[in-house]
Amino acid sequence: MIDPASRPGTPAQVQLGDDGRLRHFIDIEGLPKALLTEILDTADSFRGVQEAQVKKVPLLRGKTVANLFFENSTRTRATFELAAKRLSADVLNLDIKTSSTAKGETLLDTLQNLEAMQADAFVVRHSDSGAAHFIASQVTPRVAIINAGDGRHAHPTQAMLDMLTIRRHKGDFSRLRVAIVGDILHSRVARSQILALNTLGAAEVRVVAPRTLLPVDVEALGCRVFTRLSEGLAGADVVIALRLQKERMDGALLPSESEFYRHYGLTRDSLAWAHPEAIVMHPGPINRGVEIESAVADGPRSVILDQVTNGIAVRMAVLSMAVSGQTREREQRRQETQ
Amino acid sequence: MKLTLKGARVIDPASGIDRVTDLHLAAGRIVGLDAHPDFHAEKVLELSGKWLLPGLVDIGAQLREPGPRYKGSLESESAAALAGGYTRVAVRPDTSPVLDSASQVRTLHDRAQEVNGVRVVPLGALTQGLEGRLLANMAGLQGAGCVALTNLRRPLADARVLRRCLEYAATHDIPVHFQAQEAALAAGGCAHEGALASRLGLPGIPESAETTALAQWLLLIEQTGVRAHVAHLSTARGLEMVAEAKARGLPVTCDVTMAQLHWTDATLAGFDANFHLEPPLRREADRQALCQGVADGRIDAIVSGHLPHEQAAKLAPFAASEPGMSSLETVWALGQALVDEGVLDPLTLAARLSLGPARVLGQGGGGLAAGEAADLAVFDPEAEWTPSGDTLRSAGLNTPLLGRPLKGRALLTLVEGDIRHSGFL
Amino acid sequence: MTLPEIPALLDSLEARLELCLDRLAVDRDRLAVVGIHTGGVWVAEQLHMRLGLPTPLGTLDIGFWRDDFDHQGLPEGIRASDLPFAVEGRDILLVDDVIMSGRTIRAALNELFDYGRPRRVLLASLLSLPGRELPIQPDACGAELSLAPGQRVKLQGPDPLTLSLVERR
Repeated sequence: MIDPASRPGTPAQVQLGDDGRLRHFIDIEGLPKALLTEILDTADSFRGVQEAQVKKVPLLRGKTVANLFFENSTRTRATFELAAKRLSADVLNLDIKTSSTAKGETLLDTLQNLEAMQADAFVVRHSDSGAAHFIASQVTPRVAIINAGDGRHAHPTQAMLDMLTIRRHKGDFSRLRVAIVGDILHSRVARSQILALNTLGAAEVRVVAPRTLLPVDVEALGCRVFTRLSEGLAGADVVIALRLQKERMDGALLPSESEFYRHYGLTRDSLAWAHPEAIVMHPGPINRGVEIESAVADGPRSVILDQVTNGIAVRMAVLSMAVSGQTREREQRRQETQ
Repeated sequence: MKLTLKGARVIDPASGIDRVTDLHLAAGRIVGLDAHPDFHAEKVLELSGKWLLPGLVDIGAQLREPGPRYKGSLESESAAALAGGYTRVAVRPDTSPVLDSASQVRTLHDRAQEVNGVRVVPLGALTQGLEGRLLANMAGLQGAGCVALTNLRRPLADARVLRRCLEYAATHDIPVHFQAQEAALAAGGCAHEGALASRLGLPGIPESAETTALAQWLLLIEQTGVRAHVAHLSTARGLEMVAEAKARGLPVTCDVTMAQLHWTDATLAGFDANFHLEPPLRREADRQALCQGVADGRIDAIVSGHLPHEQAAKLAPFAASEPGMSSLETVWALGQALVDEGVLDPLTLAARLSLGPARVLGQGGGGLAAGEAADLAVFDPEAEWTPSGDTLRSAGLNTPLLGRPLKGRALLTLVEGDIRHSGFL
Repeated sequence: MTLPEIPALLDSLEARLELCLDRLAVDRDRLAVVGIHTGGVWVAEQLHMRLGLPTPLGTLDIGFWRDDFDHQGLPEGIRASDLPFAVEGRDILLVDDVIMSGRTIRAALNELFDYGRPRRVLLASLLSLPGRELPIQPDACGAELSLAPGQRVKLQGPDPLTLSLVERR
């Protein structure tokens, strides 16, 4: 077997600088526990800022953050925008519609144009797995790339805001049993959550779904697979419901929404299988009556609104850490050339 | 011209010869091996330390003729084939326009004459426009020089169309080549469906996409009696099925691409679009089984799978990039690596790269017997070189081996005694 | 050189601060003490205790307000600031361990003002060193010191608080 020449680094390799600091944030995979903890700690500090009258810090003053959304998402874009603005950065929002025929060209053309704008960070959302990694390997090295969701691959800021929410409610990860319920197959959120929970040392990560919504060999990601909700939720400390896209019915993955709800919906009844103090999470937007009952989503165990608040803090943390990593690298290069 | 190739290690899979000797040729034909007291060469090439083989034969390469220039031309890709040691290449019909009419095939022939490079043998389209609905004008394509017909991995409308295609091809005794893939099971996929694709979020192509298609084809091949060739096997299970069909006496042959013998889906971890291939790279167990199949002869041929692309085709996120690898010029070095690893002996490697594919095509070649056309390749097994824009003849630089030092390269390529590639001396 | 002892420094700082508060007629029931992480918090704890103030102690981490992000990036281990009282209209006593360039205090003032508009801000520092780069002076300090070039002073704590000299480079 001949090893190929210079494989582009894995996302894990690309996103860390020589000093082990974050320079891009593309994937949870390969990031050490200490770094994930640093993200959570920094985000916790930013939550403090949110209690001030002026919810803003001057860290990224004079810097430009470009939101490149090749796939629509008003909510995610808004939280990134708010996070960047609370860091005092200038924000450029670009919704780029891709025609399916010339996806690659559009992406590359767009990148070349944006490089000329001298942004300091690109927040990228794209329907193709590996898009953020691709962009990180194609743009000038001084731009920090933040993955805001790429295909089915990763959504690391969502995973980290979930980790922050879990930590703030449950503390230590090492005793936690976490159940992720629903469409695992198409979920970049689930992939990143499973990886983050494993790195942070959760006692057990479970996925619960019918076979049609489970990726092949999903166990290899580091989780136990359950096809029955009663078994998957038994004693769980954290229950995460995933959004079910309506298109899944067309792909012959499920017979109907109501049948899914009957077997995998989070209801007051099904939640009784979980630990009495279990918290309920959902990355949003919620399909009430499809994956979760309204009474659960709005109920006392739900921490869904907390997730939203934490989302801003986590994105502030990741943006400032990645731009900081780029800054240090540039400064180091400058000192070396002197 | 009378020529003596002196002192090379002559490896002839047709006769089983593997020893250092001389080979003489005259008027484009092989005169014979060893000492020929009556043969008076006009020119003697001293080749000690080199390997002399029948010219390599490829099945199913894309030489981009006709087609858009930015992806390559017959000039560039024929030069690439010769530089890889190939003397005969059977080309894919998914050109632009598709090779589905006799006139297209004749035009290609004329172009090949004009370029005067590698021998070009067309594979015609099995269905009109490769659309899988209407039969192509099969007998007409055969008459124009197509040695076989194929729909590549494009789907046929249904099993009835498939059956009709095979029956009609059998009527005219035209071989049918196919890449086994059940389109619905592969839909949207770009990587082997396994743990790695799951982790990377790349839509998968399951093993069953190959095996279910193969099962259907093999049953209909048996029913219709058509001669068939399975191109680009990718799974251990698929190989077992073909081997079992062969053992039962079905007129079936098969090939594998060199990439499948070297790499697995583990290469995708960095989202390198150069490893976006059809069929996808599979598991290590599949790779090992395919190597075993090549070694023991259940697989008849190792092919290049050459599919050159312009740079932009690969400058996209993995799934959005175009599949394929530019490979004609690196097959030999990768083959030699298999010899170094003990997977194959040199005689077997020569057989899978020349005699095996030559027999599949049925157009001669693949041996060094006296009287045969002097289609020859001389390799320097010690030559160290690095694929790059400067060293590669192909217009396609889409190979993961770019910039990676390799050992072994074609020194001379002769077509009908004519030295059409001589380089790197 | 020998560094002064902590208890003596605290005594001196407290005494000068008392004078200052009296001179300005500060209402001690409305006065809030805010320590700047890390050393400033330890000093603030001591002063808060000695002055016996009713308002709970506040802490500031000015990491997000520093002016050297473009060179140093994000500092490590930033904690959340904690101001358990309304800043608006209040008298605030900012406390740090060492004042030199004045940049830390500039950052602290900026951060403080994001929480509200204080009526008055006073500054107390355990030590004052030369090298001011901004027009900022403490209202009270324990002692003024001069160090040899390349020397810095570092407060370790919280229990016991000790001062040490650090040679740079």
